[in-house]
Amino acid sequence: MAISPDEVRHVARLARLALDEGEVERLAGELGAILEYVAQLQRVETAGVPPTAHVLDQVNALREDEPGPGLEREVLLEEAPDREGPFWRVPRVIGEGGENVGEGEER
Amino acid sequence: MAWRPVHELAASGASRREIAELFVERAARLDGRVHAFLTQTPERALEAAERADRAGGGRPSPWAGLPVALKDNLVTRGLRTTCASRMLADWVPPYTATAVERLEAAGLGCLGKTNLDEFAMGSSTEHSAFGPTRNPVDLERVPGGSSGGSAAAVAAAMAPWALGSDTGGSIRQPAAYCGVVGLKPSYGRVSRYGLVAFASSLDQIGPITRDVRDAAILLGLIAGHDPRDATSAERPVPDYLERLEEGVRGLRVGLPREYFGEGVAPEVREAVLGAARALEREGARVEETELPSTRYALAAYYVVAPAEASANLARYDGVRYGFRAAGATSYADLYDRTRQKGFGAEVRRRIMLGTYALSAGYYDQYYLKAQQVRTLIRREFGEAFRRFDLLLTPTAPTAAFRLGEVSDPLTMYMNDICTIPANLAGLPAISLPCGSAGGLPVGAQLMAAPFEEALLLRAARALEAALSLQPWRPAAELEEVAP
Repeated sequence: MAISPDEVRHVARLARLALDEGEVERLAGELGAILEYVAQLQRVETAGVPPTAHVLDQVNALREDEPGPGLEREVLLEEAPDREGPFWRVPRVIGEGGENVGEGEER
Repeated sequence: MAWRPVHELAASGASRREIAELFVERAARLDGRVHAFLTQTPERALEAAERADRAGGGRPSPWAGLPVALKDNLVTRGLRTTCASRMLADWVPPYTATAVERLEAAGLGCLGKTNLDEFAMGSSTEHSAFGPTRNPVDLERVPGGSSGGSAAAVAAAMAPWALGSDTGGSIRQPAAYCGVVGLKPSYGRVSRYGLVAFASSLDQIGPITRDVRDAAILLGLIAGHDPRDATSAERPVPDYLERLEEGVRGLRVGLPREYFGEGVAPEVREAVLGAARALEREGARVEETELPSTRYALAAYYVVAPAEASANLARYDGVRYGFRAAGATSYADLYDRTRQKGFGAEVRRRIMLGTYALSAGYYDQYYLKAQQVRTLIRREFGEAFRRFDLLLTPTAPTAAFRLGEVSDPLTMYMNDICTIPANLAGLPAISLPCGSAGGLPVGAQLMAAPFEEALLLRAARALEAALSLQPWRPAAELEEVAP
């Protein structure tokens, strides 16, 4: 099961992972080998077999919707890689430098 | 003294301070050679010990003041939790995992946070951003993984017991490689709240200990329903010690052929068959059986686990906590570069594999198919447990390999071929020492039906008693490290 360098680049983009060119080549080989191994699943007859997402019989754990204390804002913001006052600071999202956001949409 | 199991230490008459000091001292002196710990917290261990000594009869549990090591993917408020990743190298979590909270409530003190394969992805603890852990029995060999730090800490008596996590064998395989006991509970038995998520439908926290009784004790402390984990089971926790010594007379034990075949080292097979004969002598009825879907378990796992991982690890984006790559020119560039630099090669490989399996056009072929095969594996176990109380297999196909010996990812994944089925089916499974191969520890794995931990522990205890092996000791060169 071969996987092309272009496919690797496409998947890396979906995964939001930058790869250098050497890594693209290497991953094409490694992922190809793993997918080739995994391809044996196609030999198993599974028509009409329901998928298992999860082994427990219980569905939906519900509880009363009661307000309780959350984590303190300051404790959370202390771990921010970059912040400004009570906010996380990130590169510009809309407009220049932003990618595909709002493109062709009315906002 | 450091070699005694916790239940004996607790009954020894030594003060909790003396016991804690023993392990604090050994960890400080020996870990330079083993690298089981990413963070040592002697002050926490000693403080808990002193509190227990002061409390005397008013202790919160019989185990109060005893130290414990925690795998560094269990979040601890105010104490750095790294997952052995550059992504979380300096992260100080704002909350504590439920399993750890329960140990704290019982009065146990944290000795430190142990090394692992990054985000628990690996079978050797070589994939740690902070360098590998070594196997105390043979320092040239890996301790297994991903809970290699926890297993090595117990094997070197730098900790009397530890918590690990197991997604495809990450408690049992390192326990086998290091010659100690490792238990993966049934899915849902222990709350996953505060266990940094790898593959959410497979992950479980469990004990790594010196003997089976300690595993029963530590499981009893951490098990039970937790409203903060919607997948934790609403079932009462039995007293795992109550019937521990009742033996295996009349129990039916299956030996699934598929776990003894090609790829399993002859000495490993012999050691596990020796364990089967020991169970037979104790009155169990041992019989060969078949679990044909097992041969597809590894393939199904390497779709399901990376798929879930790729979703879980999407949260590391360099925005709210953890590592952020410098110099990003846009938000997309920030994500891409943070994730490139923050994750190691194995984690990136699994994110890519999982993203591929979930992507448009491949979902049915890979992810859906793997989940259907998972159903077949579960059904087959369901049928097996109508005929057998327990299944006995090797824990890993070989003994510990040398550092750097396995470089191909797929060859590395083969290490988990015997342990993965229990994760896919949500079964409890335990590994305990059963002999040696080339002078290295071999583990036997027992599996039971979901939530049959009491039965599993009872059988493991009977096997441990019947074999009555000398405990594995660290390499002489480790013990020679001067005080």
